[in-house]
Amino acid sequence: MKKQAFDKFKGSVDYVVSDELQNSVNIAIALEKPLLIKGEPGTGKTMLAQAIADALGKELIIWNIKSTTKAQDGLYLYDTVQRLYDSQFGEGDVKDVARYIRLGKLGEAFTAAEQVVLLIDEIDKADLEFPNDLLWELDRMEFYINETKETVKTNVRPIVIITSNAEKELPDAFLRRCLFHYIAFPEPDKMQEIVRVHYPDIESKLLAQALEAFYKLREMKELQKKPGTSELLDWLQALAIAGVPIEKIAKELPFIGVLLKKNQDIDAVAEVREKGYSLRRWM
Amino acid sequence: MFTEFFYLLRAYNLKISMNEWMTLVSALDKGLAGGSLTGFYELCHTVLLKTEADFDKFDQAFLEYFHGITTPADLPDAFWDWLEQNPRERDINDKKMLDEYLLELEELQKRFRERMEEQKERHDGGNYWIGTGGTSTMGHGGFHERGIRVGGEGRHGKAVQVAGERRFKDFRQDNILDIRQFQMAFRKLRQYSSRLDGLKSELDIDETVEETGDNAGRLSLVWKKPRRNTVKLLVLFDSDGSMLPYSRLCSRLFQAVSKSGHFKDLKVYYFHNCIYEHLYTTPYCRRNEWIDTEWALKNLNGEYRLILVGDGAMAPSELLKRGGSSYIGLFNEIPGIDWLNRFHRTYEKSIWLNPLREAEWEYAYGSYTLQIIKEIFPMYELTIDGLEAGIKRLLAGR
Repeated sequence: MKKQAFDKFKGSVDYVVSDELQNSVNIAIALEKPLLIKGEPGTGKTMLAQAIADALGKELIIWNIKSTTKAQDGLYLYDTVQRLYDSQFGEGDVKDVARYIRLGKLGEAFTAAEQVVLLIDEIDKADLEFPNDLLWELDRMEFYINETKETVKTNVRPIVIITSNAEKELPDAFLRRCLFHYIAFPEPDKMQEIVRVHYPDIESKLLAQALEAFYKLREMKELQKKPGTSELLDWLQALAIAGVPIEKIAKELPFIGVLLKKNQDIDAVAEVREKGYSLRRWM
Repeated sequence: MFTEFFYLLRAYNLKISMNEWMTLVSALDKGLAGGSLTGFYELCHTVLLKTEADFDKFDQAFLEYFHGITTPADLPDAFWDWLEQNPRERDINDKKMLDEYLLELEELQKRFRERMEEQKERHDGGNYWIGTGGTSTMGHGGFHERGIRVGGEGRHGKAVQVAGERRFKDFRQDNILDIRQFQMAFRKLRQYSSRLDGLKSELDIDETVEETGDNAGRLSLVWKKPRRNTVKLLVLFDSDGSMLPYSRLCSRLFQAVSKSGHFKDLKVYYFHNCIYEHLYTTPYCRRNEWIDTEWALKNLNGEYRLILVGDGAMAPSELLKRGGSSYIGLFNEIPGIDWLNRFHRTYEKSIWLNPLREAEWEYAYGSYTLQIIKEIFPMYELTIDGLEAGIKRLLAGR
């Protein structure tokens, strides 16, 4: 076995990382393959890329995917209209097509002089075909610009982190090219650690009570959207500021609107608490 | 090395290609497993698995290969033999069971352990021992509302817990997963047109060239409306009752439809067994959470494509008689079949998707009403192939 030296990720000051995740990241860096991160909202998928960039002292390039994003947007855009206008008013060198090529986020990451961290955020938001359109580019880390007949190639392959909320399933061909890590929702112990990073001075009893109520709430099958870490943090802050008596937390669930964002969910919780049992759900 | 492991994983139905296997080998070459079994386990997870739904399968395979532990639980071999020799299958629609009320999981597990101590022989079709085709709370191939399934395939999907605790088994229930194939089928349901309202947001190259030429070479940009899907869809789900065993399948269909997002309009309502005066707005089919069926027929005009989802199984009176509605206190003046006929007349393009396999339509529970409905609506089975065929029909019309 030959061991190769590479930059190792060990988590950062304000990002608590599990050993498994740390391992996956290091494997991805060593194998130079994109790492696909899945997990519930609020498990810190997006934060991970930032933490890697910080810990390794690299630049972070974020490509936010929206429902209208096309694969081409990430590579480059050819600004036809600008070129037409320029030809009209005789501005600039219209013959130089390269002037009208604008690199997208992927293009930026490929052409960077030093290794960067590239985050492709929420890839499942885009069209079903989107991941397939990126196969070649992510595999070879290069693409061809038709207008200038140039090939954009990487010097150093970027560390690619891709996140998905599992809104859509991703195509097999794409998955085969990625490494995969599922961030499980943190266990209560880990969650305490995470909360402490954000609020170092929080009262232990308050935290314990709130966490118990929080995890109980998450177990309710009626909820359409389970509360995540960020909701918990907001809730703890609200509880601490309002000075809610600790024994009331589990009983009355004050400020429940901070935890649950959907009206139906708040109604469902009220119903369950009133009846004392859960309804069977159909979907 | 480990080639047997590769084939074992594939035997566990994990879709692992050579590609990923080579990646794993090169990762091992680079010393990424850290020389420990745990390291190797984590490395496999990262490199070989692509969805959390497979974690559980992998864990089983891993255990089998590295510890020689019989999965799913280390039951005595004799139990497995009893279960595997000519298991007696119970008719899937035969759901009559003992009036045994639902057991708490712990109680169930306790009983399971006791029964394992007690049982000394093979036992099928009964209601007490661990065996096949029965209605006791333990065994496989049978029916009990909630029970422990021991080996075999889940038939009603209701076994509370497969024997053997494994970390990731919950993810298999995740209904967000594997809807992609359904979604792909729904993508075919489209008809493009640019004659829709909306902003002119696309550059019309041909017209721009033309106009600019007419304009003596001065640039004149022409914009056009983008082409959009014009298909409007109305989906009606049969919910609850005999549809409960298919709730996961229906849920996947529902997710696929609602996440498709490319329809011009999408309306989803629910009904219980058959359509009467009301269409429910939630799958619980609760009183007052409804709209008038009359309203739907008037306001959602024939431009909508109609998909009905249901097993078509009901008492004949529910379909054919006045007052046949199974909901007490809701007397229907018009028999269900007349409502169905009205839907068929209003929506020229309509199909019925049935979660029952086509082969079962002839004799399954409710086949009498199913056959009558099949005369009204073109019926397809709720599988990928059936859905694709149905969607073709929706596009082509009669």
